[in-house]
Amino acid sequence: MNKIFVFCEMSGDRIKKSSLELLTAARKSGHPIVTGALGPGSENLKEFLQNYGVTTHYFNGSAELKHYNPELYSPMVVEMLKSSEASIVLASSSLMNRDLFARVAAKLDLACINDCTELNLQEDDLGLRRPLYSGKCSAQVRIKEDSQRIILMRPNQLPVENFSDSASVELKELAIPSVDLKTVIKEVVKGTSERLDLTEANIIVSGGRGMGGPENFKILEDLADTLGATVGASRAVVDAGWVPHNMQVGQTGKTVAPSLYIACGVSGAIQHLAGMSSSKVIVAINKDPEAPIFQKATYGIVGDVFEIVPKLTEEFKKVLS
Amino acid sequence: MRIFVCIKQVPDTETKIKLKADQSSIEESGIKWIVNPYDEFAIEEALKLKEAVGQGQVTLVSVGPKARVVDALRTGLAMGADDALIVDTSTPLDNLLTAQSLAAVIKSEGPPAMIFLGRQSIDMGVSATGPMLAEVLGLPHASLVSKFSHEEGVSRIEREVEGGSKEVLEITGPAVITANKGLNTPRYASLPGIMKAKKKPLKEMSLADLGFNSEQNKVHLTNFKMPPEKPPVKMISGEANQQAQELVKALREEAKVL
Ligand SMILES: Cc1cc2nc3c(=O)[nH]c(=O)nc-3n(C[C@H](O)[C@H](O)[C@H](O)COP(=O)(O)OP(=O)(O)OC[C@H]3O[C@@H](n4cnc5c(N)ncnc54)[C@H](O)[C@@H]3O)c2cc1C
Repeated sequence: MNKIFVFCEMSGDRIKKSSLELLTAARKSGHPIVTGALGPGSENLKEFLQNYGVTTHYFNGSAELKHYNPELYSPMVVEMLKSSEASIVLASSSLMNRDLFARVAAKLDLACINDCTELNLQEDDLGLRRPLYSGKCSAQVRIKEDSQRIILMRPNQLPVENFSDSASVELKELAIPSVDLKTVIKEVVKGTSERLDLTEANIIVSGGRGMGGPENFKILEDLADTLGATVGASRAVVDAGWVPHNMQVGQTGKTVAPSLYIACGVSGAIQHLAGMSSSKVIVAINKDPEAPIFQKATYGIVGDVFEIVPKLTEEFKKVLS
Repeated sequence: MRIFVCIKQVPDTETKIKLKADQSSIEESGIKWIVNPYDEFAIEEALKLKEAVGQGQVTLVSVGPKARVVDALRTGLAMGADDALIVDTSTPLDNLLTAQSLAAVIKSEGPPAMIFLGRQSIDMGVSATGPMLAEVLGLPHASLVSKFSHEEGVSRIEREVEGGSKEVLEITGPAVITANKGLNTPRYASLPGIMKAKKKPLKEMSLADLGFNSEQNKVHLTNFKMPPEKPPVKMISGEANQQAQELVKALREEAKVL
């Protein structure tokens, strides 16, 4: 019987949705589940985790772990994996986890596959598939037989379901390793918005050079606020200095796959398409009917962004309120 | 000051990917190869660090098939790196074996003062090589670095974290740094640079020289597929108000994404 370890990433005192997707998959597989979480809030998950039938939960809720420091997190997660004796390790493919589990895998001499879009816990090879060349193609991933396999799933690929088991969760608090830290985190400067990261967003509103200037991103912000979306951008806009680098979608930016991607004044260059074409539904708004973005779009509107986008926001407000 | 930069050669971003008939990998013939764009930021930062310190040696290391990877290394040497090392392998290595090979090269060359890589390669897009290398070498690391300075053994770093936030940190001593966009503007290779690069030392070794073989790969990619064909786009015409209404309706009732 495979035992599954799910690493739960925290957002405030709650488990992130992307981690709930994995808890759900683990619960549905029928295999025993062990969890781990670090940072404030991770000590208060017992009642929540018992619903998913979790048998053991590793944690440390210390404020010292509020921000990710690889020198503290990686030995603690290594400890969790060793102690859990799980054969499958699941975490979401977030910026932090990609970093953390690379170190953990190297320490334990294990493979770590990130950004997976397909996972089947009933199959021996786990049915893993992963996009390559930022989505220009994909491949099935096979991992050589090993004691543990570390799989990081791309968010929004699996459903979240609620369960109401009443398992007795054994809590195991791990000590913070006493190491001579070389890394000291001085401060975290919050981004201007409280929105989800592009790689985790379920809806993205994205702007290109057709937005005309940085001041006009306001109309995209309004649309995004209405939809609970995150705002992205093309490289042309980033290079022009209209928006920061972390908003760039594409082959040299972020690869995203939300349920809905709304491209406004984006032409659809191959590098941009590579980063977003696996989105479930793509809406393109562009005044040029020949723009390549329309070839990848689900719905297209030929028109002026300054006219269409505010109307769209209004229309969404009506139906979503 | 010994500075290492680990670089990878990748297909140009314009490349239209085609698969081999047996779907075992992509078709490599006809591909134009470039230095991974993020690695250019890494090279630039290494050169800037050497210039700031006033002395040092910037060594490039790459793992890959020598026949083509040499071009990527020559590009980096033309930008100003001092020498280059190539681990020749025709079989692609997984991240861990790549990191272990890079670590073995760096160890054999002498203690590093700083190691730079790109945040990820734009082909596999894994972003694991840097942190794995750091772990194998027992060094601290910072990834997605968009600001870097180094004084008296302490690196001051700004890096991207989730949700558009930035983290400011300090690392003491040697470290592995993975470069994000925005870190710097990579210099172009000058003509004299390109001439000089031809004479700079380029050392070659095999995986076996480092005590590894490609059988140690733990990860295998098979059954390559192109993305599923998209159904043709549905164009929504009419006057703006009507277009907006129809789109909202389609997203809710047909696509059911809201
Ligand atoms: C090595 C390399 C890597 C790259 N990586 C990336 C990447 O990761 N991501 C990325 O996005 N690009 C990338 N690019 C750049 C890419 O090739 C394009 O240049 C870029 O995507 C174009 O951005 P854009 O669509 O915003 O601008 P443009 O191509 O200029 O398109 C603007 C569009 O807006 C439309 N428009 C103008 N005004 C309006 C209006 N009022 N209403 C509606 N529509 C309007 C126009 O019809 C046009 O289609 C890369 C390029 C290279 C060489």
